[in-house]
Amino acid sequence: METQALFDALKAKFGEAVLELQTTGFRPAFVVVAPASIADVAVFLRDDPSMKFDSLMCLSGVDAKERFAVAYHLHSLAHKHQIGVKAFLPRENPSLPSVDAVWPAANFMEREAFDLYGIVFEGSKDLRRILLPDDWEGHPLRKDYKYPESYHGVKL
Amino acid sequence: MTRPAEALPTQEMLINMGPQHPSTHGVLRVLLRTDGEVVVNARPDVGYLHRGLEKIGERVTYAQFMPFTDRLDYLAAMNCNCAYAWAVEKLAGIEVPERAEYIRVIVSELNRISSHLIAFGSFTADMGAFTPFLYSIREREIVNDLFESVCGNRLTYNYARIGGVSADLPPGFLEKTKEFLDYFEPKIDEYNNLISYNKIFVHRLANVAVISAKDAVAYGLTGPNLRGSGVKFDLRRDEPYSVYPKLEFDVCVGTGERGALGDCFDRYMVRINEMRQSIRILRQAVAQIPEGPVMAKVPRLFKPAAGEVYFRSECPRGETGFYIISDGTTNPSRLKIRTGSFVSMNIFETVTKGLMIADIVAVIGSFDIILPEIDR
Amino acid sequence: MSNDPARGGAAPAHAPAAPVGPDAQVMVGSADMFVNWARRSSLWYLLFATACCGIELMQTGASRYDLDRFGAVFRASPRQSDLLIVAGTITHKMAERIKRLYDQMPEPKFVLSMGSCANTGGPFYKDSYCVVKGVDLLIPVDVYVPGCPPRPEALIDGIIQLQKIIDKKRNFSKKV
Repeated sequence: METQALFDALKAKFGEAVLELQTTGFRPAFVVVAPASIADVAVFLRDDPSMKFDSLMCLSGVDAKERFAVAYHLHSLAHKHQIGVKAFLPRENPSLPSVDAVWPAANFMEREAFDLYGIVFEGSKDLRRILLPDDWEGHPLRKDYKYPESYHGVKL
Repeated sequence: MTRPAEALPTQEMLINMGPQHPSTHGVLRVLLRTDGEVVVNARPDVGYLHRGLEKIGERVTYAQFMPFTDRLDYLAAMNCNCAYAWAVEKLAGIEVPERAEYIRVIVSELNRISSHLIAFGSFTADMGAFTPFLYSIREREIVNDLFESVCGNRLTYNYARIGGVSADLPPGFLEKTKEFLDYFEPKIDEYNNLISYNKIFVHRLANVAVISAKDAVAYGLTGPNLRGSGVKFDLRRDEPYSVYPKLEFDVCVGTGERGALGDCFDRYMVRINEMRQSIRILRQAVAQIPEGPVMAKVPRLFKPAAGEVYFRSECPRGETGFYIISDGTTNPSRLKIRTGSFVSMNIFETVTKGLMIADIVAVIGSFDIILPEIDR
Repeated sequence: MSNDPARGGAAPAHAPAAPVGPDAQVMVGSADMFVNWARRSSLWYLLFATACCGIELMQTGASRYDLDRFGAVFRASPRQSDLLIVAGTITHKMAERIKRLYDQMPEPKFVLSMGSCANTGGPFYKDSYCVVKGVDLLIPVDVYVPGCPPRPEALIDGIIQLQKIIDKKRNFSKKV
């Protein structure tokens, strides 16, 4: 399905929640949506017969300097097309609904985004730190992260 | 007077498996809650090898990150090197010379064979058979020699560069590769005779951890794990990159030959069959490789235009995807690595309910996970 | 004793005279020598592999570069091993566990740090936020083997150096 047609179909269904289409310089193209609507958009993208995005390729947190973003890369095994979905979040208390009920593959990736960026995924079935120890302070992949001096007595 | 069995109180045990454990393929910790020998819940705890590769990616230049991609999946280091190179070339629109593409495919497929050899050897060692491990290392050492003649290292190669490969193949390499392929092809039948259809081995793997095709896709499984459940999807065939469109090969899927479709045995057999297909690809690539330069003209101070790219390639453990965001400077702004092993851990807790502790070892081995891919 | 053939005494009449030298059937040495000989010839190492060096460790113990000929077999449990080969990067999350594994090994125990990551933090020294810069910050190390990863021959050289260290140990006598 053509990216523009996909964008138009999403805009028709969700109205103001669908914000813009990023194409030039973006491979695949990204549809920017409002964070609060991400769960509904995800269900529509997975179940609509002309879209059928049944495979979540990648879910990443991004620190875009003034704000955070969560980028979803989706792929359809049936129709063989790809699309990206992005949601921008403010730097203070970033949070948005979880999509692990739609694609169970999202669970570990959301935990990673929470661990490394501090983005909270509401409604996630299990949101804990995954890669760093449970008592680690801070979220390392943020651009303003200061490396700690030591951890449990061992010099860093 | 003996009490009836129903009146005996029982308790669940909480057992820790790992991070140092001979069968967990690295520093994986699994928290097992068991009712006797039967697992009630097996929760994986990862992160014991988290080295912050993604943060390092933001602090070094594009070219400087190449050695770190070796350490991402060290058993398939050539595949990871080439995946990163292809991703950056897609971002910057660089055209790679054809000889370099053929060289990349040759070393990637050789690495796929040696990675599947270790997967085969360590999996059978986990199941209790030590001999196949020694056989597979014997073959792998020949591939190590080939790689050493190409780039100087046996394990972490740092061979691909953005725009090509670092050095041309040494004289005699293609002949030695052909010799290896002729030597290795009958060995796969030897392994099948030795262990693959052994009654105990089959009994331990058949019908264990059956994953349906729908679950495999929903939980994000890729590579041999996805194909073991019957889904005929291979990135080299369905989203072809490099020179794969010119090469003929079959996509191996699980057939449920010894149990239900999508069990541990199917995933194991997919890897054995993929080694045969890699041999086929290698024979064609060695015959078709043209002469020419091995490196494109890339500026010393490499600054790709601002933009984003997601590129994925078929590595032995699944799909390795690079999501790179460039802001026009020499360092990437975001370098996200999506690996097959990390996402396959999603299904681990679901699929291990009700299995025995020894089956957990079979499941970990059949997923062929490797910890640096999970932890990065 | 005067009847001892190795000391030049006369052999008993019913037995043939045993020659002095390599064919003699008696060996003489200090208690230290025998104990050290036993310990250096059966260094059982813990199968502890975190990262890439672990694969080189496995390959050293396998077909081509057989470590078994040095008497070194791998054990899965720290309670049964004398040698801890730290092969791979140690992160802060893993640091506590390595200390615990080291404490669980019975004396006499030795530690061989294999590869750049275990020596000093390796390629992750400069930019990583969670890598321990060298395992010697956690446990005492006897031998360092450099390389990324070290070749199997280098690891075998490291084991031989460790054997030389063991040979010089004094277990019973005090150093004069």
